[in-house]
Amino acid sequence: MTDVLAPTPTQHHDDHHGDEHHGPTGIVKWLTTTDHKIIGLSYTVTSVLMLVIGGFFAEIIRLQLSSPNGSLVSLAQYNELFTMHGSVMIYLFVGPFAFGALANIIVPIQIGAPDMAFPRLNALSYWLYLTGSITMLSGFFTSGGAANFGWVGYAPLSNSLNTPGAGADLWIGGLLLTGFSAIFTGVNLTATIFYLRAPGMTMFRMPIFTWNLLVTGILILLAFPVLTAGLIMLYCDRHFGTHIFSNTGGGVPVLWQHIFWFWGHPEVYILALPMFGMVTEVIAVFSKKPVFGYKGMIFATLTIAALSLGVWAHHMFTTGVVLLPFFSIMSLLIAVPTGIKMFNWIGTMWRGQIWFSTAMLMSLGFLFTFLIGGLTGIYLASPPLDFFTHDTYFVVAHFHSVVMALVLGAMAGLFYWGPKITGYILDERLGKAQFWFLFLGSQVFTFPQYLLGLYGMSRRMAVYPEQPQWQHLNELSTLGALMIGVSTILFVINIGYSWKKYPAGDNPWDAQTLEWFTTSPPPHHNFYRLPQIRSERPTWDYNHPEHRSLEHGTDHVVGAETEAHA
Amino acid sequence: MLKSVRNSGDARTRGRASRRARRVLALPFAALVLSGCTVPGFGASPGDTTSSQSTFHLWQGFSIGAVIVGGLTLALMLWSIVMHRQKGDAIPKQTQYNVPLEIIYTVIPILIVIGLFAATLVVENKVVANPKTDVIVNVNAFQWGWEFLYPGHNAVVYGQTTQSPVMVIPANENVHVNLTSTDVIHGFYVHAFNFSRYALPGVTNQFTFRATNTGTFFGQCTQLCGLYHSYMYFRVKVVSPADYQKWLATFNTPKGEAAAKAAAASLQQQLSTGVPTLPANTKFGR
Repeated sequence: MTDVLAPTPTQHHDDHHGDEHHGPTGIVKWLTTTDHKIIGLSYTVTSVLMLVIGGFFAEIIRLQLSSPNGSLVSLAQYNELFTMHGSVMIYLFVGPFAFGALANIIVPIQIGAPDMAFPRLNALSYWLYLTGSITMLSGFFTSGGAANFGWVGYAPLSNSLNTPGAGADLWIGGLLLTGFSAIFTGVNLTATIFYLRAPGMTMFRMPIFTWNLLVTGILILLAFPVLTAGLIMLYCDRHFGTHIFSNTGGGVPVLWQHIFWFWGHPEVYILALPMFGMVTEVIAVFSKKPVFGYKGMIFATLTIAALSLGVWAHHMFTTGVVLLPFFSIMSLLIAVPTGIKMFNWIGTMWRGQIWFSTAMLMSLGFLFTFLIGGLTGIYLASPPLDFFTHDTYFVVAHFHSVVMALVLGAMAGLFYWGPKITGYILDERLGKAQFWFLFLGSQVFTFPQYLLGLYGMSRRMAVYPEQPQWQHLNELSTLGALMIGVSTILFVINIGYSWKKYPAGDNPWDAQTLEWFTTSPPPHHNFYRLPQIRSERPTWDYNHPEHRSLEHGTDHVVGAETEAHA
Repeated sequence: MLKSVRNSGDARTRGRASRRARRVLALPFAALVLSGCTVPGFGASPGDTTSSQSTFHLWQGFSIGAVIVGGLTLALMLWSIVMHRQKGDAIPKQTQYNVPLEIIYTVIPILIVIGLFAATLVVENKVVANPKTDVIVNVNAFQWGWEFLYPGHNAVVYGQTTQSPVMVIPANENVHVNLTSTDVIHGFYVHAFNFSRYALPGVTNQFTFRATNTGTFFGQCTQLCGLYHSYMYFRVKVVSPADYQKWLATFNTPKGEAAAKAAAASLQQQLSTGVPTLPANTKFGR
């Protein structure tokens, strides 16, 4: 094999001596670093901490709802809790985890780059994210409490008359800061993927994870500035006497919903595409096969991204002021590329040699949970069915199926890439126990909610004294939430238990993509040498030169023609 | 229904193994069809208006599709999980592309989506239809209660939170609702009608329904509207047209007339109240 495309002097990759990065150590290193791996690790730790905080809020909410006249928290506290649960989970956990944590660490290594395109901007992203998170959560320490108008902050409930107090302003400020952080990360991802690919790493030789992060980066650039603008308008309405979202003075309350969801629906895919990418990599590696329909999957991702910009008003069907058929067909159409992905994942497993590691189990759990979340989403694209279920627990269950699938995907990513980042494998037995609690907990948590929604239980109710018959389903849902809580505790225990216990080696999973060619953890600028890149899985091609990707039913190697030209 | 099952089965799965799988899959569907002529409600109920029944049938149609598509997908998944477990160290065939199969699993979902959209359009046109009618109710939502005005009559119903104001309407007649809000966004939701609509400040939302059964139905606000959102209840009482007229007549007293005038004036006043404009105060003021 020729494996010479080396940006740094060629040496044996177990040799760490040439790798010393001269600079500060310890806390000063962490505070001043521009290394994408350390920033990514900071993102990972912070966002998982946010998962724990948001999960804690969720447990209180579920305990409150486990009886019709729950008195664990007051009405005001309940409104704060579900607002901050949604805000922490969406703005501070899933988003930053999706595009800031593993993406930050893995994408540059997957394309053979030494770092992100703008390392200092990357550091700024992280510090803005941390500052924004603290800002938003500090609302709990103000006299009026944290923001309490729901994570969507609908006008005019979010104006200064209906929601006075600093908690709401800290919510806006925190969201602005994390929004800028996201925009800078979008710039960084896009620039890195377009300009810093190693020689031979063409666009159609990029792993699916990198592809998905490229599309995510583009979506961030299209969607987040709109949210930022909206938040500034909201702040001006609250404090500077503008009338942008008020119903008098020439304002339009529904405008906030348009702006919010114009960001909000692409945001769903900004959260989801990175996890789709993680799951895709994991399924391919643990089935010992290439990603089935690689190019079709990329076009499906691009289609999802394009459609996601034209579906925002399906969140607004019941406002009565949007064009129903247009947003209905656009939303229904998203099912097509999503279905293609589903079949890509199944096709990848088909006739493979499936190794049920924790990462693979998490991915399979993702497939099932996302299938449920996806199918129930199709109902909501139909306006009459949305009139029926809007703002009920059916919708709550639908998006929790989707985000619990994303949590399973995130866990798959952590178990899969953890060894690459730290050099050590997490304990598989604890991992599998975590999987069963997380997977079964997710179903026990959401299924009763689907029924409750159909029986008429609406969202954001602290009590339901007139419908005591809903209690048992609510108790079941609370049980599911507690199981999810146990799974999170098991994960934290696992990190402590496996601390520097099981050395991983460079490529513990016989994985396929470029990051598994370097050491675990990778050296300062990631590579001592690179293999020849002839497909999206150069490490596999290097280790198994006789098993290249094939067209169906033939021995024709995919992409052989382009190699002959090169 | 069986026919469509077989078709999508043909399209998605090929080869010997899949023929075996199809035989296994056919069983539950056959059982479903043979178990009776009634299609299950999949958790929903037909409700008590003509449009709630249309919505319910659409729900059933979508659910049958979801069960078939979801069942097939799940079966393929489980088949692979069970049959393609790791056995030894052999490296499987590295198939990456199968273009005909990829085209099939793109085209079939597109056809399904077109079908779902067509069904949606039919039902949507029924649900949002606005036929002419004499029974008109102006519904006004506020923090935290409801007010029901009957234009042309003296009837006014007003109630906050758990007082559960009752909106009285006749059965088997089209009822036209003009829905608005005097403060924040609320949601008018009656579960028995399988229907909800936002009450927006500054906008009059209109819809028409036709109750098919008499009875009293629970309604509540579904859009978060502040502190007492959890308690913003109302009731819809569907009575016979004769009883409805009797009920309207009970308000025809001088006192009732005065109350109706006062309510209409108060509503007008609330709808024109401004929002705070501090510090750049112009004309509204707090």
